[in-house]
Amino acid sequence: MMRNFVPILTVTLVIFALWYAFAIVLNKNWAYDKATRGGYELSFTELVADTWSQKKPRLPTPDQVGTEIWKSTGMAAAKMWSRNEGKPFGERLAKVFGDKKSLLRHAWLTLSATLLGFVFGTGLGILLAVGIVHNKAMDNSVMPWVITSQTIPILALAPMIIVVLNAVGVSGLVPKAVISAYLSFFPVVVGMVKGLRSPDSMQLDQMRTWFASKSQVFWKLRLPSSVPFLFTSLKIGVAASLVGAIVGELTISQDGGLGARMLQGNYYGTTILIWAALIFAAAMAAILVSSVGLVERITKKRMGFVS
Amino acid sequence: MTQVFFAIMVLSGGWALNGFIAREEPRVWTNLLSAYIFGMTILIMWELIVVGLGVSPVILPPPSMIYEALSSDLSGLVSTNEDGSLIIRDCGESLLCADFYQTFFKGVMRGYAMGCGAAFITAIAIDRSDFLKRGLLPIGNFVAALPIIGMAPILVMWFGFDWQSKAAVVVIMIFFPVLVNTMQGLDTAEKMQKDLMHTYAASYWQSLFKLRLPAAAPFIFNGLKIASTLALIGAIVAEFFGSPIVGMGFRISTGAGRLELDLVWAEIVVAAIAGSAFYGIVALIERKATFWHPSIRK
Repeated sequence: MMRNFVPILTVTLVIFALWYAFAIVLNKNWAYDKATRGGYELSFTELVADTWSQKKPRLPTPDQVGTEIWKSTGMAAAKMWSRNEGKPFGERLAKVFGDKKSLLRHAWLTLSATLLGFVFGTGLGILLAVGIVHNKAMDNSVMPWVITSQTIPILALAPMIIVVLNAVGVSGLVPKAVISAYLSFFPVVVGMVKGLRSPDSMQLDQMRTWFASKSQVFWKLRLPSSVPFLFTSLKIGVAASLVGAIVGELTISQDGGLGARMLQGNYYGTTILIWAALIFAAAMAAILVSSVGLVERITKKRMGFVS
Repeated sequence: MTQVFFAIMVLSGGWALNGFIAREEPRVWTNLLSAYIFGMTILIMWELIVVGLGVSPVILPPPSMIYEALSSDLSGLVSTNEDGSLIIRDCGESLLCADFYQTFFKGVMRGYAMGCGAAFITAIAIDRSDFLKRGLLPIGNFVAALPIIGMAPILVMWFGFDWQSKAAVVVIMIFFPVLVNTMQGLDTAEKMQKDLMHTYAASYWQSLFKLRLPAAAPFIFNGLKIASTLALIGAIVAEFFGSPIVGMGFRISTGAGRLELDLVWAEIVVAAIAGSAFYGIVALIERKATFWHPSIRK
């Protein structure tokens, strides 16, 4: 890890430098426009200063995005918190997360759809995998369709899933969670099938010599040995689930969420808003994946897997 | 209700048939057949249940209606003259064909070629610097897990409504998965093999082209396969944010809003076939190119 630290830091710095450079290139036209209309000349330093501080830039700089994130999370939360002084703690917290201008509220909406979809998808994936491993007919008939289901651009279905579920009277969290679940079930099925089949014939023979029943083999051998495979899939699944929730919000934006926030920014041309939501979503993806990784490490250690 | 009863019978019949086939000696055709039976069972059940329960076509059209929409739209392309000769009209005569051309050939293919090419060239370019590799690989892995699709509205703003913005979305979506896979692939050649190339006095480029790139091929193809599905998704989702009045994503989002669900489903059928075919073609090329790999060799 330490060995990689300096290279990663260098590459990150280069990316930031490029970002600032691109901000100049992409925003310079607007700066020149303003200058011609105002009838003054722009020196290079003035140009740079202008491109890095426009209100609606084509590409906002990292510090503008950072300020926007801070304003719409920490500062907004602190304001809401102090405005509701005297109210009980729970209500104050609810106010902070209910603040429409706060990114925290949108992030929470996205996160809840993501987690709901992730739980659905993982549950469905595990059930399908158990069926596929134990039933040959199911293996032959369902597995090819599971694989085909992923070559279909499912996100294309997103607007329709939402319209249809709305027509049946289901709205809010569930339609988004359905899209999340569809994206996250696939890695779980594939990983679990591999995992449940990972015990070799020696171990299966051993279970036979102990006269283990089919369910005993499942609970004591197959399921424990599938755990490392499951966690690898869960890490992919949770990231996919977040993508699903965001795309769901991009198509239906009434009730907020990070995706809805991006769409809002798109309508009003406030690019800083889009970038703030985007960076926040990226951070959320990183946190989700690494917390699954943490659970993985603890579980594996408890179960005695050598890493 | 009789239709629902029939649907249950079809399900149990299909299931029993598959159970029977599963007891046979497994061959390629038995696997294909049971997958086919399962698919048909689902389709027939869909049709029977939707018709039987009187589900409004605005919520879920039955497969027959989708087929109707598909064939009536595509029939505009080919017709027969009175004397029996075929007339093939321009692709623009059919909504589905025009959308497919706009999205797939203009957006997806160009973006796919640019993205894969750029990722491949980047991987080769940084290959000689261990420092850059160690810096880029973790970042690439991280970025590959991010919800990059959220960039779509920004790129539509930058590159306009036509295919350029769709290609740009495709490029940024597939760049990192292909880059990471290629970089990992270039590391797969074993030390012994590299030493052998060294004893042959092979230059860097010779050992790259004769040893390391062929050894990397399974990984590169893995990246290309992942990219093939991502590319279509990227282009379609990008069209939700603005496109000329043609394109699969445009048709899907406006069609869903206008409750023309048979057309939307027809579009999805086309997208599904295109996605599977694209993936299949890449997989086929992989089989031909990496015939030596244990997973393909018989």
